[in-house]
Amino acid sequence: MNRINPVSRRSFLKGSAVLGGGLVVAFVIPGANRFALGAENQGNVFAPNAFLRIGNDNSITVLLGHSEMGQGIWTGLTMLIAEELDADWSKIRVEHAPASAADYGLPGFGGMQITGGSTSTWMEFDRYRQAGAAARLMLIEAAAKRFDVAPSQIRTESGVVIAGDKRATYGELADDAAKLPVPDPASIKFKDAKDWKVIGKPTKRLDTPEKITGQAKFGMDVQFDGLMTAMVARPPVFGGSVKSFEGAEALAVPGVHKVVQVPTGVAVIADHYWAAKLGRDALKVEWDLGPNAGLDSQQLLESFRKLAATPGTSASKAGDATATLGKSVKTIEAEYSVPYLAHAPMEPLNCTVKISKDKCEIWTGTQFQTLDQMIAGKITGLKPEQVEIHTQFLGGGFGRRANPTSDFVSEAVYVAKAAGGPVKTVWAREDDIRGGYYRSAFLHQARIGLGADGMPMAWKHVLVGQSILTGTSFAATMVKDGVDKTSVEGVADSPYLVGLANHQVELHSPQTGISVLWLRSVGHTHTAFVMESLIDELADAAGKDPVEYRRALLKAHPRHLGVLNLAVEKANWKAPLPDGHALGVAVHESFGSYVAQVAEVSQDNLAIRVHRVVCAVDCGIAVNPQGIAAQMESGITFGLGFTLHSKLTFKNGQVEQSNYHDYQVLRLNEMPVVEVHIVPSSDKPGGIGEVGVPPVAPAVANAVFALTGQRLRELPLQLSGV
Amino acid sequence: MLTLNINGKDQELDVPADMPLLWVLRDVAHLTGTKFGCGMAQCGACTVHVDGAPLRSCITPATAVAHGQKILTIEGLSADGSHPVQQAWAELDVVQCGYCQSGQIMSAAALLAKIPKPTDSDIDQALSGNICRCGTYPRIRAAVKRAAEIG
Repeated sequence: MNRINPVSRRSFLKGSAVLGGGLVVAFVIPGANRFALGAENQGNVFAPNAFLRIGNDNSITVLLGHSEMGQGIWTGLTMLIAEELDADWSKIRVEHAPASAADYGLPGFGGMQITGGSTSTWMEFDRYRQAGAAARLMLIEAAAKRFDVAPSQIRTESGVVIAGDKRATYGELADDAAKLPVPDPASIKFKDAKDWKVIGKPTKRLDTPEKITGQAKFGMDVQFDGLMTAMVARPPVFGGSVKSFEGAEALAVPGVHKVVQVPTGVAVIADHYWAAKLGRDALKVEWDLGPNAGLDSQQLLESFRKLAATPGTSASKAGDATATLGKSVKTIEAEYSVPYLAHAPMEPLNCTVKISKDKCEIWTGTQFQTLDQMIAGKITGLKPEQVEIHTQFLGGGFGRRANPTSDFVSEAVYVAKAAGGPVKTVWAREDDIRGGYYRSAFLHQARIGLGADGMPMAWKHVLVGQSILTGTSFAATMVKDGVDKTSVEGVADSPYLVGLANHQVELHSPQTGISVLWLRSVGHTHTAFVMESLIDELADAAGKDPVEYRRALLKAHPRHLGVLNLAVEKANWKAPLPDGHALGVAVHESFGSYVAQVAEVSQDNLAIRVHRVVCAVDCGIAVNPQGIAAQMESGITFGLGFTLHSKLTFKNGQVEQSNYHDYQVLRLNEMPVVEVHIVPSSDKPGGIGEVGVPPVAPAVANAVFALTGQRLRELPLQLSGV
Repeated sequence: MLTLNINGKDQELDVPADMPLLWVLRDVAHLTGTKFGCGMAQCGACTVHVDGAPLRSCITPATAVAHGQKILTIEGLSADGSHPVQQAWAELDVVQCGYCQSGQIMSAAALLAKIPKPTDSDIDQALSGNICRCGTYPRIRAAVKRAAEIG
């Protein structure tokens, strides 16, 4: 997702036809100063704010408002609290907080509780530190009273308050501290960066023990007495609907209890997954296929091409690109395209719902609690705050679990309502691949004119692809003058274009009937591929080294240059390579962070082998360098999946792929060696979860060109057998 | 009724005849550490050991392993996360979302039981059937080698 800042809550609601109701939203550290009943043996618990509990037993519990889906905030956000609290790291445990916009809403998202857009660390950088600092001040105040010394005579260290020879642990002071007023967050002075002991230190994940023993609970793992499992038969074509259904054979499957129609299809409700699946297999549904039954990828691309030849909506314009193109010494024309993509997280979508008279309980891995609460409230006739969400670990998100329509959650609420009892609605992998919300296909066409010096003097660029945000509650702030920012990010704001006196970027946002959604790094998934491939084309046309060419173009962009220089230095750009190997480079900014990657490739018949990716990242202050390295490895793997393999196609309205055998992602035997280098920085933190993705496709494509002379302008990359 | 030997204990379970072992483990025996990812042996999230060999439980009918075979799941790999593979996984900070990791760990443990000092090619063969969408592959490779050292 893109950085959405600021979206006022008012505008969010205004744009949300399906939403309603009001929530009280607090932006400062909420939930102040109260005792809470401690779990297990914690005894009384000091709860200075909604993010932190300190037990008499010295336990420290961090309550995360964000969702852990692999990106590492379980650890990273906790480090922020621990830094200012001077906590004993070994005593810390972390939980997902109960859903509450009042306690965990984000000002930058209009007060909504949401995890996305690579925002968690930078949006929470101050608030989580404040939460720790406020608690520490209260513990010091309590100690000052107990020891009868001035607070200024007191220091803290690893969960202990020290005043001369007097010491007390945080747990021993918790009761007293809980009785004190909470300091005004504005009065809190943060530690100096030079005194940081936790921030900047490579730190291992806190969720490892439960994830290596099978104990971690994902949404899929929720079980309790009386819980049934449902699967939904959904239309085979986007926009289809149920004409009629015959459930007798499904009901005849042992363990199947009910077959009911819900807005998205027909649900088979059973004792367990296997019965639900067999029941659904036996179900007979006659579908009204609706207007999209003829959908075909090839025709779709042709229609995109036709659109590209017509005037589009202006996304960025300076000077007169057309006239200047006429004066250029050399003109480069190119067309690039990328297909529809599914997120395909390892954990298939699922959501458990239990509805009673005065509340609706939901157990799921979601990135968007506040919207889920609003929509579940609407469906059940309850207030959003009567919708209790127990966030579970997410078995991957990549954007799929933050949906402006809350699709998998709302469907599960409808199913539970129809079932008359608690139900876990589970998607099969095939449901996920075929009925999902996809990264839109995009077509780019560019005409670029070079001057006598080989540098670009005019650039015309047109993009055709579906808008994610038009028609959603984000449109009010993210779609301006008909341009969805997420469609053009990485082109309209490209460093290669912003300083170019004559350029023009136009956008077409066709509607196709296919539902689309942000996929990890969103518009940058295609714009980085196109822009960084184009720059390589220009360098080649100008007869210049791709690195030198970029350096010349990025003179006014020091952070781009910084990562570019670091990556090429670490990759030994000029050094000789093994026979049959070549390097390619790309540099791209997204979500406030800068990443350059150098890929080393070879060719095995028509297969592209990626041997090594050297990655340099400048994300401002590096809160957890270990987590950052892991996210770069992660982004590179994710990006290589769609660089080399992943592609969804449509035929007769239906998605042709169904599971990992035909919707392929990267596997271990194809994984290159990855080296990550972090630029030391004191700039404010940028995003991390998505920013490793964009440069890898163009770095590989550029390396393939260097190796073979084939300029591949389509993802996934496919060498031809010349 | 089927009798399955799961993690060293015989369990009598009342399950439909064609039910895959995965769903018997998860929905009947309530051992949810073994994961559902694809349902067609493409992703490896459901990997368990049967008599020491890795097996995709999502396509294996429970009846096929109800003849005294020893079924080992992630819950039975060690009492406290101290299996060398788990130790190495913790040391090298392998996991991200974690959903595929039970399967990865079971595949790695089976590999090391068979080949105590695996080569890169052995690791490729044993673990390329386990998909990880988070991209923990480089750390998995390093952790398998580390686990071989821990022994």
